[in-house]
Amino acid sequence: MSVRPEAPLAIAADELTRRFGDFTAVNAISFDVRQGEVFGFLGANGAGKTTAMRMLIGLLAPTSGRATVAGVDVVRDPDGVRQRIGYMSQRFSLYDDLTVQENIALFGAIYGLDDRTIAARAEGLLARIGLLDARRDLVRKLPLGWRQQLSFSVALLHQPQVLFLDEPTGGVDPITRRVFWELIYETAAAGTTVLVTTHYLDEAEYCDRLTIMVDGRIAVAGTPGEVKTSLGVDSLDAAFLQLTRPAAGVA
Amino acid sequence: MSADRSMAPVILLDGVRKSYGDVIAVDALSLRVQRGELFGVIGPDGAGKTTLFRIVTSLVIPDEGRAEVLGLDPVRDYRALRRLVGYMPGRFALYQDLSVAENLAFYAGVFGTTVSAGMRIIEPIWRQLAPFADRRAGALSGGMKQKLALCCALVHAPGLLVLDEPTTGVDAVSRTEFWELLARLRDDGLSLLVSTPYMDEAGRCDRIALMQAGRVLALDTPEAMAASYPQPLLAVRGTDRLRLLAALRALPHAASVWPFGETLHYTDQRIGMPREQIVVELTQSLHANGMRDVVVTPIRAGVEDVFLRLANAA
Repeated sequence: MSVRPEAPLAIAADELTRRFGDFTAVNAISFDVRQGEVFGFLGANGAGKTTAMRMLIGLLAPTSGRATVAGVDVVRDPDGVRQRIGYMSQRFSLYDDLTVQENIALFGAIYGLDDRTIAARAEGLLARIGLLDARRDLVRKLPLGWRQQLSFSVALLHQPQVLFLDEPTGGVDPITRRVFWELIYETAAAGTTVLVTTHYLDEAEYCDRLTIMVDGRIAVAGTPGEVKTSLGVDSLDAAFLQLTRPAAGVA
Repeated sequence: MSADRSMAPVILLDGVRKSYGDVIAVDALSLRVQRGELFGVIGPDGAGKTTLFRIVTSLVIPDEGRAEVLGLDPVRDYRALRRLVGYMPGRFALYQDLSVAENLAFYAGVFGTTVSAGMRIIEPIWRQLAPFADRRAGALSGGMKQKLALCCALVHAPGLLVLDEPTTGVDAVSRTEFWELLARLRDDGLSLLVSTPYMDEAGRCDRIALMQAGRVLALDTPEAMAASYPQPLLAVRGTDRLRLLAALRALPHAASVWPFGETLHYTDQRIGMPREQIVVELTQSLHANGMRDVVVTPIRAGVEDVFLRLANAA
């Protein structure tokens, strides 16, 4: 994917900080994401990714610093941010006891879409992931890979400008994992900005640019190639290990 | 074949099958795990890994087939077997309100032993946990919880350790450390059965079984499995990956094209075709499509390539 450097900013974080008591979960992070970019947000468990993401989607107020998402300030107008973004969490976020169609109708209504708009968009989204024939099936009857793709589609229902994906591919099979990334590419190619976290470092290679967080700070940022070059390693796996376990080989 | 008892497999499954209603969780499954082996079961969610592990640990009774674990029948001899097996389930199952030391003492007590008697085995892991001995288990980091669960599963010196997805949801660094611990246990003579959804962990195992939809797709050493890939495989790099993907899939001899890290893996249908010739063909064809910056390189298959090929054919 090639994003033009003059594309407008979809996310701009400036010295964004969050403390919990004595503990600084996110420590003055600054980064930009351009419109249409697939941006990887990496870090070890506990590095501060989730806290940073919660601030960016307007669910948690920063202690200091500022950020805009889709041009909206996350502190001054968190509701405005939430209307412009989609969010898919690592935990499955649909209603198991509703059908595919009922889930779409419910989330569409929550986003304030009218029935005709919901029906029209549902058609396109379901066709794209091959779920049209399953629209009357209960969600809990669907295989995990399908549920994840449905969850992804529902997060796009209100046509958000920025999509946040928190470990979207955890546990899914290698084929579905790749189908999922093709959906991400297509979404970005259509102009939606995607910020994604993952524990699969081969997936991080699919991102236009990425950051790796360590102890609340951004330890490195750039394209996958730039990150590897700057650390003198030949894989993102090695880059990740070097940054998050400086004493590797000693333990 | 020797009649020596130490040569008998620690796990023997023959035609094992288990259904839940109309869902077949494990289907006609056969495998052997040898003594002292670190054996990996690799497959996505829903492949049947957990059902398989529960059969091995006597927690689920199979509908059909024969199972023998440490020379015992998991259905008939379940009491004896449970004393001899260490089991670490996929979910953290320790007492969150007990301290690290209390959890360990509790599990030692359940198995009729003591922490000091088990210390010889758990010592390398316990060394990292000891500074947190008085902390509530619920207040530990993810990586430390894993180590405590491992200690609790090992404290009674089992003959077989069964770990169900110990590294799922764990970051890459903690995953590496955990596999290093498992390798050390294997080097000390323990037999281990481990499941994981991460294909890149296959290389950590002595032998692996790839599972999908209740069946074993392949079973071998990771090296032999990768070497068994029948068709020519090439890595293709370029800037516009989405366009590259479409262009490669449209080629007449493409068997499959998948994103793989920073490259795309292209498998050609023509078994035995010289790979250098395919490099030339692909390069020319992509150049003709206006993709001037592509680089095509013949590569060896990995376990994930094998899985994709077999799962796609299944």
